[in-house]
Amino acid sequence: MAKVLMKGNEAMALAAIKGGVDAFFGYPITPQNEIPEYLSRELPKLGKVFVQAESEVAAINMVYGAGGAGARVLTSSSSPGIALKQEGITYMVGSQIPGVIINVMRGGPGLGGIQPSQADYNQVTRGGGNGDYNTIVLAPEDVQEAVDLVKESFDLADYYRNPVMIAADGLIGQMMAPVDLDRPVPKIDLPEKDWATIGTENRKPGKDGKVECNTIVSLSLVDTVLEDMNIELQKKFNHMKENQQRYELIKMEDAELVIVAYGTSSRICRSAINDLREEGIKVGMIRPITLWPFPEKAFNEIPKTAKGLMTVEMSMGQMIDDVKIANNGRLPVGFYGRCGGVIPEPEEIVKACKEFLGGLNG
Amino acid sequence: MDNQVFKKTIGLTEKEFSYCPGCTHGVIHRLVAESLEELGVIGKAVGVASVGCSVINYEFFDCDMQQAAHGRAPAVATGIKRVNPDNIVFTYQGDGDLAAIGTAEAIHAAHRSENITVIFVNNAIFGMTGGQMAPTTLKGQKTTTSQAGRDPHLAGMPIRMSEILGQVPGAHYVERVSVHDPKHIIKAKRAIKKAFKNQVDGKGFSLVEIISTCPVNWKMTPVDSINWLKSNMIEYYPLGVIKDGDSND
Repeated sequence: MAKVLMKGNEAMALAAIKGGVDAFFGYPITPQNEIPEYLSRELPKLGKVFVQAESEVAAINMVYGAGGAGARVLTSSSSPGIALKQEGITYMVGSQIPGVIINVMRGGPGLGGIQPSQADYNQVTRGGGNGDYNTIVLAPEDVQEAVDLVKESFDLADYYRNPVMIAADGLIGQMMAPVDLDRPVPKIDLPEKDWATIGTENRKPGKDGKVECNTIVSLSLVDTVLEDMNIELQKKFNHMKENQQRYELIKMEDAELVIVAYGTSSRICRSAINDLREEGIKVGMIRPITLWPFPEKAFNEIPKTAKGLMTVEMSMGQMIDDVKIANNGRLPVGFYGRCGGVIPEPEEIVKACKEFLGGLNG
Repeated sequence: MDNQVFKKTIGLTEKEFSYCPGCTHGVIHRLVAESLEELGVIGKAVGVASVGCSVINYEFFDCDMQQAAHGRAPAVATGIKRVNPDNIVFTYQGDGDLAAIGTAEAIHAAHRSENITVIFVNNAIFGMTGGQMAPTTLKGQKTTTSQAGRDPHLAGMPIRMSEILGQVPGAHYVERVSVHDPKHIIKAKRAIKKAFKNQVDGKGFSLVEIISTCPVNWKMTPVDSINWLKSNMIEYYPLGVIKDGDSND
């Protein structure tokens, strides 16, 4: 299909429809409001559900209920709203309920601001909720990738029976870009949701002629039972770590410095890398597409020419911890970040890279 | 068995209740299950268990169930009902759950007139956590967090959630009942069944508040609990219909 010019938030909303969303539950917060606005208009036309909840807490719990009832469900919010949703997210993981959460990140802490930010890295990859759990976190670099990942995220959520988070930022949400909504994305063969609470009369009886009741629950009052449940969950997380690490390698072959950056930061770093290479400084980039599982495998592809890693984030340095773990002490790790909604200029990154390299060579 | 005049409802499993002696949850469970059975909707039913003593009632109700985070049952029920409107969806919540942490979810489910049924069990105390003060705890009532008795200057006067919900335009039906004797149990059954029938008929948000006992945390015998309920709880929480949209038709 031909490309259309769309605002990032509206494009992600339309991508959710293309991904088969049955219901949206959300609460207004800037800079993601075009997602619920678009869906409030479009979903009812398709006979699908839109509910503006009384809070982010209520919205994520509606996602829990609807997802547990077998529907493909979406909520969207921005950083402080995602903090409120963390309760529901850990419950969804514990009860194995699929669902998609779009986070259009803004600056923090607290009420912070409404400008683009990546300061939710820890919140989305570590989970603000309680317990041992993980969610797949997909970080688009531009509007087209945001569309593709949103479309694919519903299959991933259903496959793992686990929430999937889209970590976009205010720039991706607010910018206009030409996008192809029908670009093919990977499809997964999914089993029937025989676990969903749809009422016993709506399921086929088992071999004994009986229909067992379905229960959606994360509670286990017996310690060993809860431990077993956690061990089962870990098998899923390990499967994700093995199979879902996604990344892009950019100009890595001869790189003496490897930038690690995602989302809007990585897009700006592309310009910085071109500028540096014009000056004869060989810089490449690892661009994580999944923030969790973190693409540790990419670090095995760092060339022998590399003298150091440079983490660039729109935060004061959060992903850098994962970079250091993946690097495992092999190379020095530098950092450049802006925060509070300030978007770094390519020139700043060029300067920071030169200084870091200078320090290594000196 | 030709002369059998009573049997256990099919709406309950064979699992033995975990409730304390003298607690009225068991009676209320039976009334809910009987109502579902009599309306022929047990196969369509999806219940939402809350956090409190009834947290594991998914083991007792013989229908599909979801267990919700503390206070969030009406939001969870909203999600279930909106995507599968043919299901009969109910929440079963205590006063700690509905009148404290879940106030917003309860009011806004009523406000949107979600076509669900809320069973609200009010025993004026946090039961499962060991008898702490609830928003519904009576003036002067001793609990583990109001050891000298609830002081309205520090903790306010007990909140009447049904009267609040009765003011919400979207609420269709709100009634307060009690289960302290057979006469009142029959009335309670009528109210609960009506609250489910309303949902079958698509009338919108229906809530039945059931005044209940907690002998263990009230530190009373079951008999004394019933008497205390009659002489104290019902005085502050008057029984009867608070709102019925049918009478305005």
